[in-house]
Amino acid sequence: MVYWNPRIEDMPVSELKEMQLKQLKMLVYKLYTFSPFYRQKMMDKGVTPEDIRTLADVTKLPFMTKKDLRDGYPDKLFLASPREVVRYHASSGTTGKPTIVGYTQNDIQNWSESVARGLVSAGISTDDVLQVSYTYGLFSGGLGLHYAAEKVGAAVVPASTGNTERQIDLIRDMGVTAIAATPSYLLHLGEVAEKMGVSIKNDTKLRLGILGAEPWSQRMRERMEEWLGIRAIDIYGASELSGPLWCECSEQKGIHVWSDIALVEVIDPVTEEPVAPGEKGELVITMLQKEALPIIRYRLGDITTLHEEVCSCGRTHPRIGRIQGRVDDMIIIRGINVFPSQVEHCLMTNPEVGNEFQIVVDRKGALDTILVRAELRPEAFGDRVFELDAIKERVTHKLRGSLNVGVTVELVEPGSLPRSEGKAKRVVDKRVF
Amino acid sequence: MTDSDKYRIKQLSIFSENRPNRLGAVANVLKEGGINILGFSIAEGAGYGVIRVLVDRPEVARDLLTKEGFVVKFTEVLAIQMEDRPGGLFDLTDHMKEVNIEYGYGYRNPPYAVLIVRVEDIEKGIENLLKGGLRLLDNTTFH
Repeated sequence: MVYWNPRIEDMPVSELKEMQLKQLKMLVYKLYTFSPFYRQKMMDKGVTPEDIRTLADVTKLPFMTKKDLRDGYPDKLFLASPREVVRYHASSGTTGKPTIVGYTQNDIQNWSESVARGLVSAGISTDDVLQVSYTYGLFSGGLGLHYAAEKVGAAVVPASTGNTERQIDLIRDMGVTAIAATPSYLLHLGEVAEKMGVSIKNDTKLRLGILGAEPWSQRMRERMEEWLGIRAIDIYGASELSGPLWCECSEQKGIHVWSDIALVEVIDPVTEEPVAPGEKGELVITMLQKEALPIIRYRLGDITTLHEEVCSCGRTHPRIGRIQGRVDDMIIIRGINVFPSQVEHCLMTNPEVGNEFQIVVDRKGALDTILVRAELRPEAFGDRVFELDAIKERVTHKLRGSLNVGVTVELVEPGSLPRSEGKAKRVVDKRVF
Repeated sequence: MTDSDKYRIKQLSIFSENRPNRLGAVANVLKEGGINILGFSIAEGAGYGVIRVLVDRPEVARDLLTKEGFVVKFTEVLAIQMEDRPGGLFDLTDHMKEVNIEYGYGYRNPPYAVLIVRVEDIEKGIENLLKGGLRLLDNTTFH
């Protein structure tokens, strides 16, 4: 197993935690002393630097959300002076005003270091040619991967996005072995290649995809790996945190979040308490070294799981699982959190129903009810009513097991559920609160 | 085509969810296509149904319904001729003890009546029914 930074990546857990505690104490002290914004936030929560004695005390700190960054537009939250800032990126601002992220020299170094460790853990070396097909510019994806890949010593093809046919020519002609892109762009690229008569699997040296910046499923991974003949690695990050930061190692068992870079929590989005190990919850990140734009207990709104046991690759840092949805999509049924992505995942394991579905939540008396409407696949229909009843029973049973809540299933005709462009409207909540 | 194959009759089975006037929608497609309905039943499942129809032009009917988004399957059924009088059905059942029937429905078609059945093993079903001396209608009667 090859490491970029073996001293850190293999550090015993107890030492990692000791290091994190020192970093956290220093961060809180610095923010409390030098930043009016963070001091006010801590005072509102009644917490001072002296209250941070153990790592668990991180929960005493106030949360940060996107709203804080938006309200602080463009640079009210910056701790570094403009002289120390060497770069700016901006989030796309699809849900409102963009947020501006500043970087000091150290911020750029730490960011590259984080991604470099990930790339090496995924199997990238000086022998590789990495095509960066993330957008270069205000979006942090392109330059984030670019700097890290150069640091590792791989040859970078800074293709950015667009002009897909030329990208395919480059992959073939430059002997590109790895590509960093959004999963949907790689799918598109694969389809365009086929139209050009190029098989990514047979006609190119591409063997690795570093894929992220949008949610994707395990099934999509399997499909791409088979179809394109690559290993598909999940990468995670957010512009507020720097950009793409962490990815899976070649074991593909979750995303390694480096403990010297960040302190990771997964909380119940409603109670704001930590969830049990391995349980789903909202990802909360404290960046331990960021200088220009400090980030404490930032609520990402992404749903994932936390795994603290040492990875089979040997790295001791905690891992997060695949992003399973957004907190905004969560439904609470009789006190149990249900995510549309769970329903989707469960339905995918039933070949008799399609991928389109609708969740109807209602209340009968004092009891919440949940109805999942799934489209029967034409191939699964065969005249017999008892066969249909058996399909319905199987789907119901699986959903109940997966969601831990009573579910009614309705089989509907294919094509009858509403389709929408982009973000599908999966949930109809008829409850009156 | 073996001789007994002429007794296999193409029935349309249509999946229908529990929504108002799905039957009307099926009937409308058949009407617009000038398709004549010869026999008909609805089976009720848990929140959905299966509409089973015998028509004069099954392929055309299937294509029209599929184009309108319906899930349609062909199912092979048998049509047994009955006498249109008290005891007509009993006369049949007496000769059908060996045949495992999944479902059936009947209609009057003077001067006789017809019992449509789906049997577990159609090959064996034809053999047993004929052996019992029953009169099976061949598919040219319908299509």
